[in-house]
Amino acid sequence: MSATYTLEGRTGPWELVIGLEVHAQVVSNAKLFSGAATAFGAEPNTQVSFIDAGFPGMLPVINRECVAQAIRTGLGLNAQINLWSRFDRKNYFYADLPQGYQISQYAHPIVGKGAVEITLSDGTTKTIGITRLHLEQDAGKSLHDQHPTKTFVDLNRSGIALMEIVSEPDMRSPEEAGAYLAKLRQIMRYLGTCDGNMEEGSLRADVNVSVRRPGEGYRTRCEVKNINSIRFVMQAIEAEARRQIAVWEEGGEVEQETRLFDTGRGVTRSMRSKEEAHDYRYFPDPDLPPLVLDEAWVEELRRGLPELPDARKARYMRDFGLPAYDASVLVAEKETAAYYEEVARGRDPKLAANWVMGDLFAALNRTKRTIEDPPVSARDLGALLDLMKDGTLSGKLAKEVFEAMVETGKPPGAIVEERGLRQVTDTGAIEAAVSKVLAANADKVAEYKAGKDKLFGFFVGQVMKAMQGKANPALVNETLKRALG
Amino acid sequence: MHPTDFTLAGALAALEEGAISAVELTRAHLDAIEALNPRLNAFITVTAEQAMAAARESDARRARGEARPLEGIPLAVKDLFCTAGVRTTAASRILGNFVPPYESTVTAQLLRDGAVFLGKANLDEFAMGSSNLTSAFGPVENPWSRRDDPETKLVPGGSSGGSAAAVAARMALGATGTDTGGSIRQPAAFCGVVGIKPTYGRCSRFGIVAFASSLDQAGPFARTVEDCAILLRSMSGHDPKDSTSANVPVPDFAAACKRSVKGLRIGVPKEYRLDGMPAEIEALWRQGLDWLHAEGAETVEISLPHTKYALPTYYIVAPAEASSNLARYDGVRYGLRVEEKGDDLRTMYERTRAAGFGAEVKRRIMIGTYVLSAGYYEAYYLKAQKVRALIARDFDQAWEKVDAIVTPATPSAAFAMGEKTDDPVTMYLNDVFTVTANLAGLPGLAVPAGLDAQGLPLGLQVIGRAFDEETVFAVGAAIERAADFKALPRVRAGA
Amino acid sequence: MSLDTATVRRVAALARIRLEEEAEVMRLQAELNGILGWIEQLQSVDTEGVEPMAGGAPGGGASARMPMREEDVVTDGGIREQILANAPDREGDFFAVPKVVE
Repeated sequence: MSATYTLEGRTGPWELVIGLEVHAQVVSNAKLFSGAATAFGAEPNTQVSFIDAGFPGMLPVINRECVAQAIRTGLGLNAQINLWSRFDRKNYFYADLPQGYQISQYAHPIVGKGAVEITLSDGTTKTIGITRLHLEQDAGKSLHDQHPTKTFVDLNRSGIALMEIVSEPDMRSPEEAGAYLAKLRQIMRYLGTCDGNMEEGSLRADVNVSVRRPGEGYRTRCEVKNINSIRFVMQAIEAEARRQIAVWEEGGEVEQETRLFDTGRGVTRSMRSKEEAHDYRYFPDPDLPPLVLDEAWVEELRRGLPELPDARKARYMRDFGLPAYDASVLVAEKETAAYYEEVARGRDPKLAANWVMGDLFAALNRTKRTIEDPPVSARDLGALLDLMKDGTLSGKLAKEVFEAMVETGKPPGAIVEERGLRQVTDTGAIEAAVSKVLAANADKVAEYKAGKDKLFGFFVGQVMKAMQGKANPALVNETLKRALG
Repeated sequence: MHPTDFTLAGALAALEEGAISAVELTRAHLDAIEALNPRLNAFITVTAEQAMAAARESDARRARGEARPLEGIPLAVKDLFCTAGVRTTAASRILGNFVPPYESTVTAQLLRDGAVFLGKANLDEFAMGSSNLTSAFGPVENPWSRRDDPETKLVPGGSSGGSAAAVAARMALGATGTDTGGSIRQPAAFCGVVGIKPTYGRCSRFGIVAFASSLDQAGPFARTVEDCAILLRSMSGHDPKDSTSANVPVPDFAAACKRSVKGLRIGVPKEYRLDGMPAEIEALWRQGLDWLHAEGAETVEISLPHTKYALPTYYIVAPAEASSNLARYDGVRYGLRVEEKGDDLRTMYERTRAAGFGAEVKRRIMIGTYVLSAGYYEAYYLKAQKVRALIARDFDQAWEKVDAIVTPATPSAAFAMGEKTDDPVTMYLNDVFTVTANLAGLPGLAVPAGLDAQGLPLGLQVIGRAFDEETVFAVGAAIERAADFKALPRVRAGA
Repeated sequence: MSLDTATVRRVAALARIRLEEEAEVMRLQAELNGILGWIEQLQSVDTEGVEPMAGGAPGGGASARMPMREEDVVTDGGIREQILANAPDREGDFFAVPKVVE
């Protein structure tokens, strides 16, 4: 087990204690309690029902799919599904909260304790506990920069279903937090319950950070809210930890407060003024009877879950003999795994892995395309591997063909035919080329025979050049050896 | 007979026979409103043109043989129901000139059944009150007055004071109301008309301005028990837009009015016999029980031991829920906004709500906010919900012994405007007999049973099992038959 | 449980209701204390082991369960004009409020 991460303060090392509260927007067509749409990027206030806008007499009715998505996520987090849960009102006033309260789950969430395993860069794994997951409404959006004296309010987002996932304070370093967040994101993307798009705001993280001297109990923690990238989460943790360390070391006391991360300056700052702490006056929402789930439905959802990243990674390692790192990379995104499996089907899985992780990924980077819309399809890449296997192409030739496939979008067979790149295995032709090369380089032949072994490579190169790279390398070697004696 | 003298059932028959047209019926009621409303102030908004158009349409339908269950019946709608295209105020300044773009389910169903809406009836602001004195649009006058003191204006009760007064004064054949702590039954009793609060979940709350979500229920006012039954049928039914709406079939309530009460066991809860209860009320209660005896029912003394805690329980739960339900009235999306130059958002909220809400509403929001606030939730709200469970359990146990419970509807006849107004708690005591049914979610009906010494109506209340409005109607109709209540208020159409 | 004027002010702030003068604060204090004193009697009820009644369904709502919209389809929204029609301050396609100082 690796040593605990510490930050060095003026007076010695400090440990970090980190917990994450993640808000994940549920993938669904309609909102949590209304039939309005959830699509991102719509014109302002066009995806708002009277319920979402808190009009008089409006009442919430829950969307079954949102409940299903929360259950699926809970199952994917190896968590307890609570067959009985309840919605509570969280009361506060804000321009983007039309009802003056948010419908959330406080006392009895739909999902209880769970755990996820994270893998760190040094290969070690760690289990991070999940405290709970609950469903709640998202608020609308306030735009403060559209007008000098007014804030504009768009309620499109108001009422969209969110899953709030609360971790145990089990993380001890920015890396662990980043790995945990990435893992959550990966699991939900696999499940299709959240698209994890942090730039669009479908996944947001609040971080709870405290520091302590090794061996101590817990000190006061602060919350850094609304961070929208994994990188910023890690930066914010470090920035906040350093701030707290400085406070403690100067003899001060860290005050419990809510802060924001200033991404420009790389520091956290206190939110708003010395407002009264929010008194949310939680009470059970009287418009909603308890949420009661049938065990049979939960089981049906469980059976319908796709293979999750950890299980898939283990399968690749076991069935394909892939090393842990490679398996991790290939399962990082569901789409990548699907692509890989199609290439690997009925073929050498390690070869397939190398080609996907090497050549294909490089091509994606270069062409700025994605695995969902690749320049070379899995089918075509697989066909290319077949052409190597049946001897039509050497490895080197295959790479050339691959580049041509990226450029032209054509399948390998077509390119081989067009450019006559078929590997030459005609021993007669090779012998002829070898003879020619040796004849043209008699002086070097003499040097070789005198002991300059290195020149063998030179001859190979010359033969390949003469044959435009199309000669089967093994045959070239063999023929040369025989010719040189 | 004057067209405003019909009962609802009678009007339906007359319309069917062709003895009167919907246009004539509606015209007569609009004339009554024109004559009487300036004094009684039962209506906040009168929709005369729409009513006449609907009446014409109604006659046309009837002529085509397409008459619906309430075809052409003119009703008043409590101004707590959102009515599409018609201003809805909740009797508050804070809704400003809000015109809902949607219809409440209950009123939609009444329209579906052919009713004609005369206008929006006055009420206590946000349904908070027992006198209709807290309306931002002025108080409603009870069409009844004391024999010895006819000049003193009396309250019609509340919160549905306008609805009750409209029916009593014959400005409408029936009306919708809502009842959270007695707001249908108490004004019905004060105005000498019939009113019923059905089982919680019987009628949809969708589109009704929410006061206390776990207590609010819509219900009808009319001049007879049968008329109420007819209206309740149209108003009831499962609504998928209300998650608390009960998915149960709607029986033929009117048919139940004809049921015999022979063999029914009528509960008489001893805790409802209050210290200092006026002798007249006590006497009427006994009289009501005698009537039921005479029809073959059996009376059984029962105990509802937690009765005395019902009012304080109600005055924790209702304000708590209201404080949250009324948070949406903030000047952002509709209604009143009060803003001064340089105000930030918070100040705008505070000015708007200070200007928009009346004193009683503010009091209840404050109480509600306090009892939910940090440190007090368990001692107040949670405690109240536990006591509520005990109150409900009292009734569950009673139903093992009885089929219906009969009590007085109110602790007095209608009081004068100006009386009882200094201390909020004194006003709250008006609901002493009615809140238990709201807390337990049970149906309760008020039926006029007699007059007090001043000639003012007194009502009896019938409470029934959950979803057993039929027994409630049967007992209520039996009391009605025996009481033969023929007195009329001084102020009324056709007088 | 008696409220002092500071608490009255705090509650009014939580409820976003502006109390103008001290006189109003005092009046409210008296009224609220009257009400609170009256509801205090609930403390004498033995509620040991009693489940709170949640919601209004009769029978304590024991059998009540949340109904669900079965189909995840868009059935609402796309009514911007109606949504904005009653707005006290509308700026283009938005509700406008006094700027919030963060």
